[in-house]
Amino acid sequence: MDVQARTGPDAPKPPITDAAAPAGRRRADAPRRRGRGNGPVADASALRRTHPTSFLVPAFAVLGIFFFTPTIYNFVYAFTDWSSFKAEVNGVGLTNFENLLSSGTLLTSLRVTLVYAVLVAVFQNLFGLILALLLERDTKINRFSRVMFFIPVVMSALAVGYIFQALLKPAGALNQLLGVFTAGPVEIAWLGSTTWTIVVVALIHAWKWMGLSMLIYLAGLKTISEDVLEAARLDGAGQWQTFRKIRFPLLAPAVTFNVATALLGSMNGFAVVQATTGGGPARSTELLNIFIYRTFGQGLFAQATTMSLVLFLAVALLAFPVVRALRKREEIL
Amino acid sequence: MSTETVSPSRPLPEPRSGGGGTTRAGRPTRASGWRPPVAGGRRGVWSVLQPVAAIGSVVALIGAPLWLVLVTSAKPQGEALTPSFALPSDWQLFENYRTVFTDGDIPAAFFGSLLIMVPAVIGVLVLGSMASWVLARRSSRMNAMLYALAISGIVLPPAIVTVVLLLRQLGIAGTAVGMIAVYMGMYMSTVIFFVTGFVRTVPLELEEAARVDGARPVTVFVRIILPLLMPVLSTATILICLYVWNDVFYAFFVVGGRMDTLPLNLFQVASTGLYLNNWHLIFAYVVLMSLPLLLVFTFAQRKIISGVTSGAVK
Repeated sequence: MDVQARTGPDAPKPPITDAAAPAGRRRADAPRRRGRGNGPVADASALRRTHPTSFLVPAFAVLGIFFFTPTIYNFVYAFTDWSSFKAEVNGVGLTNFENLLSSGTLLTSLRVTLVYAVLVAVFQNLFGLILALLLERDTKINRFSRVMFFIPVVMSALAVGYIFQALLKPAGALNQLLGVFTAGPVEIAWLGSTTWTIVVVALIHAWKWMGLSMLIYLAGLKTISEDVLEAARLDGAGQWQTFRKIRFPLLAPAVTFNVATALLGSMNGFAVVQATTGGGPARSTELLNIFIYRTFGQGLFAQATTMSLVLFLAVALLAFPVVRALRKREEIL
Repeated sequence: MSTETVSPSRPLPEPRSGGGGTTRAGRPTRASGWRPPVAGGRRGVWSVLQPVAAIGSVVALIGAPLWLVLVTSAKPQGEALTPSFALPSDWQLFENYRTVFTDGDIPAAFFGSLLIMVPAVIGVLVLGSMASWVLARRSSRMNAMLYALAISGIVLPPAIVTVVLLLRQLGIAGTAVGMIAVYMGMYMSTVIFFVTGFVRTVPLELEEAARVDGARPVTVFVRIILPLLMPVLSTATILICLYVWNDVFYAFFVVGGRMDTLPLNLFQVASTGLYLNNWHLIFAYVVLMSLPLLLVFTFAQRKIISGVTSGAVK
């Protein structure tokens, strides 16, 4: 509290700059620029004294030991025969990769993971955006609905998976409900198709996270100035035109965030699929993480490590182009 | 914080649409200024349809699955074999909940989850904000590289298999300490990303005033910077708590079989339960394990929702 009292005299300054530059956006970084330019701590050695390296050490120690070291280990142990069946670990070159490639597991799991990630990103953003547009106005019903759609985000992904398994079993709740409408027994094996079940589990994953995307789109919609929309309206733009030509382009930062987090988050997917299909039927939904979990449980540590390395490389190769492309799109729009 | 930023962009105390002459609902042309009846009519229909659509989608998409969980968790075993939306003929709510409470070892799992989450979240926030403060203020090329390295963990997946190996070498495999350290390593990047961005918006003068008074870096950080970081730290707390509390994948590898956490025990209950189609027990466990987070969410939903969104859209 006394901190604020002491900083009090500084507070009136920003409004002055603000008045000079009417664009509200400037406010946040204007004081910083002033500080950098002619402040007494502008030079590097003084900065090093006032912002000591010792503050960096603990965080980088944790990162270095518990994040980067295992990652480096990945590049080592993927080329060994490390397993729970023998004590020593020997280098075996590319054998693990060759085995996984020749059995088709590597490419299948990689393809399943990529398909899953793309489907989740599409569904989650589609649902999130539709919900945001549906619940945009600040009414009591809409506020309540937003809270309800956020409940799955708070729940455990494993629990979500079990709920949908109960819903989608051949004799499950959804088929029973459909049977009421069709006046006959419905026995669709929602989780039993080697082609379509991946779509179903991606829909479940999207269901769990659509509330988060919705909130982010809602926040994005609120940043669009009323003047712009008013201008469009005066020019005779309809609802759809306003959305397509103005509101959606202005949502670009929210789209970037949502697509990137959904895509990369679902590359790391596990719990939803484990709880609904466990990777089946016929391993058609076996994500890389499910393979890693399964082979690790069998004691085949080197194989699990190899797949972990594949996942790492896939995400790394995918992440940077995706983020850059989305950022570039923001600039163009 | 974000309610402040949100409200100015909605200046119109909007009369229920369909009402006033030139609300955003209508499409007045520049020349006339009156509302074309067709558009107004469509908008009028929408203002009636929208609440129906909102409630309908909540009932179908959220209500139905949650209803299934609740009714099934109260059913006797015979009725729960094939999960359905029907009410239980014979309510066994307390029996089922008591069974999973002991079988699933809920108290141990709850405190196990808590024992891991609280230190991990506090640790990652404290260490992360310390580093972020320095990363945000220095401007050397070395510093930029360190920052890029620090936030690379946001997208890169943790190498979970070799984490286990490392923890064995360190002698903390299967312990809460090991799990805490792994979570801290995984979410450090997220914290540094959020907090560094925030520190850059804090005027340097605030620190300088204190330094002129002779404050050391620790004092400046604790007394000046940390209090100002509260909004962004609460956002990060919410996100990381959600991830850690619900995580089962990384917990499998690090503490699976050695410690109880809520998701791990759910998996155990479900693995035996699925075999026997014991949906009543699985869902009783789901309800009990979801209650703590749902209660926190109910009481803090406004703060949570504004906190989650404030970080995402700049």
